[in-house]
Amino acid sequence: MSTVFIALQANEDTRPIVEAITADNPQARINEAPAMVKIDAEGRLTVRRASIEERIGRDFDLQELHINLISLSGNIDETDDELTLSWHA
Amino acid sequence: MDMQVAKKKLGLKEKYQVMTRGLDWEPSYQKKEDIYPYASYEGIKIHDWDKWEDPFRLTMDAYWKYQAEKERKLYAIIDAYAQNNGHLGVTDARYINTVKLFLTGVSPLEYMAHRGFAHAGRAFPGAGPRVACLMQSLDEIRHAQTQIHALSNYNKHYNGLHDFRHMHDRVWYLSVPKSFFDDAVTAGPFEFLVSIGFSFEYVLTNLLFVPFVSGAAYNGDMGTMTFGFSAQSDEARHMTLGLEVIKFILEQDPDNLPIVQRWIDKWTWRGYRVLTLVAMMMDYMLPKRTMSWKEAWEVYFEENGGALFKDLARYGIKMPKCAETIALEKDHLSHQAWGTFYNYGAAAAFHTWVPEKEEMDWLSAKYPESFDKYYRPRLEFWREQAAKGNRFYNKTLPMLCQTCQIPMLFTEPGDPTKICYREVDYQGTKYHFCSDHCKEIFEHEPEKYVQSWLPVHQIYQGNCFPEGTDPTAEGFDPLAAVLQYYHLEFGRDNLDFEGSEDQKNFDAWRGQATKNV
Repeated sequence: MSTVFIALQANEDTRPIVEAITADNPQARINEAPAMVKIDAEGRLTVRRASIEERIGRDFDLQELHINLISLSGNIDETDDELTLSWHA
Repeated sequence: MDMQVAKKKLGLKEKYQVMTRGLDWEPSYQKKEDIYPYASYEGIKIHDWDKWEDPFRLTMDAYWKYQAEKERKLYAIIDAYAQNNGHLGVTDARYINTVKLFLTGVSPLEYMAHRGFAHAGRAFPGAGPRVACLMQSLDEIRHAQTQIHALSNYNKHYNGLHDFRHMHDRVWYLSVPKSFFDDAVTAGPFEFLVSIGFSFEYVLTNLLFVPFVSGAAYNGDMGTMTFGFSAQSDEARHMTLGLEVIKFILEQDPDNLPIVQRWIDKWTWRGYRVLTLVAMMMDYMLPKRTMSWKEAWEVYFEENGGALFKDLARYGIKMPKCAETIALEKDHLSHQAWGTFYNYGAAAAFHTWVPEKEEMDWLSAKYPESFDKYYRPRLEFWREQAAKGNRFYNKTLPMLCQTCQIPMLFTEPGDPTKICYREVDYQGTKYHFCSDHCKEIFEHEPEKYVQSWLPVHQIYQGNCFPEGTDPTAEGFDPLAAVLQYYHLEFGRDNLDFEGSEDQKNFDAWRGQATKNV
């Protein structure tokens, strides 16, 4: 199975996002590098709006991810509630 | 961040529909083929432009909102960095030479990407790709601007950054990135999108903007970290555009596959050759290193790119053939490139040096198969010679590859002791290439590549001296004249780092920063 990834700047905005991703994706592996955090996952990774909102205590628009996003890979499926990265093969 | 999230009146999908397709119109008094003259001549067949979907579904209103937030954050950090004399907090003044290469080599490419996407967006009959290209075009001009702003802070204090725009069109090694983008923007709109949107953005920019920029942060350079990550967050959208382009084109018509495959093969190789500069930046120019070029290649090309090509196999797309050659080069690329710049350090707008002993130990741990055997002895020899006052500067000019324009410094696949040369006779003239892949690219489009402006040829033809130069005058020094033409000041912008003005100033200023003087 191929690996998808999402890389975020390491800062206070992304700490709850990384926590939410870790909680929602047990297969995710966190790789910390200077100033950034790269999250790898076999096959698929989902970022859930509700999980982030639980942690930050306010409404969150998934498109806010763009502010601290560094890079990603995989086919993207974005709705109002979830952003999923996946490979078909 | 204290961001207000408005309650949505429309869901993401409906809003995307309204703000892309809903803004389009059917022409009534001009024929569609007259409005979009470039849409068909590359042979790509599109039957239904509405099948195009941008999976991020970013619309202009959301784009402005989030980009504005990113700009505020970026400039706040850059201001803080400048106010705090952040340039004295970097690990070592050698580090600043990576910034010189970045500014002169990459920033003008961002501007060309802006032009290219504006043009490609105008050329597509579908509203979806037009909107996506428009946003990417804006992103790219933003990257050019933020890089120039961020780096102007260094220009106040260090040499070699004073005239990047002039240098970009003239200096020998800058012809490599320049020719890459000039090649892309002079292709048709579909090839441009595959070259930049897919091959460069998706497969290769991660190598520049992720491990290298993380390395900039590791070396205390918050300015470069901020513009780098801010740019790459746009790249994440661009990669999505690039991947979407490939899927869309391939789903439209089976005849598109061989055309797209050829473009992927060509542009993966062209882009990889440009990244030669990044390989040596990571292995030789970052005083504190995060990962080697080889490791970065394994993560971002072999693992990530491998997953991508496996995914695209369902359309019949194959991993580019050049990947086999690249796998053989990954143990050698950065060392061969740095060796070349060390040689030509009298004609570059940055400083070069021999790595310290512990840096060589790091390199030999990262490159156990190649460093001690092939490269350490050479570097140690150069260091001994420099200590005796014989710092070596190559005064002759190298043969350049007609396609990638890099001096022919690369070795035969599988034999790092033999330089790789290929040649082609075309209409009575001989052309030279660094590799089978550059040769193949030429053979497919010879009419394009015979026009290449090769710096070495131009110097020998006398086209790279300041106006009014008399090469027949007594005591004429061709190197001095070429450097004047480049606007490069001999002894200040070039030569070894050891003894340079940058080195002395950095040490003096850093001393002042920690003492009362």
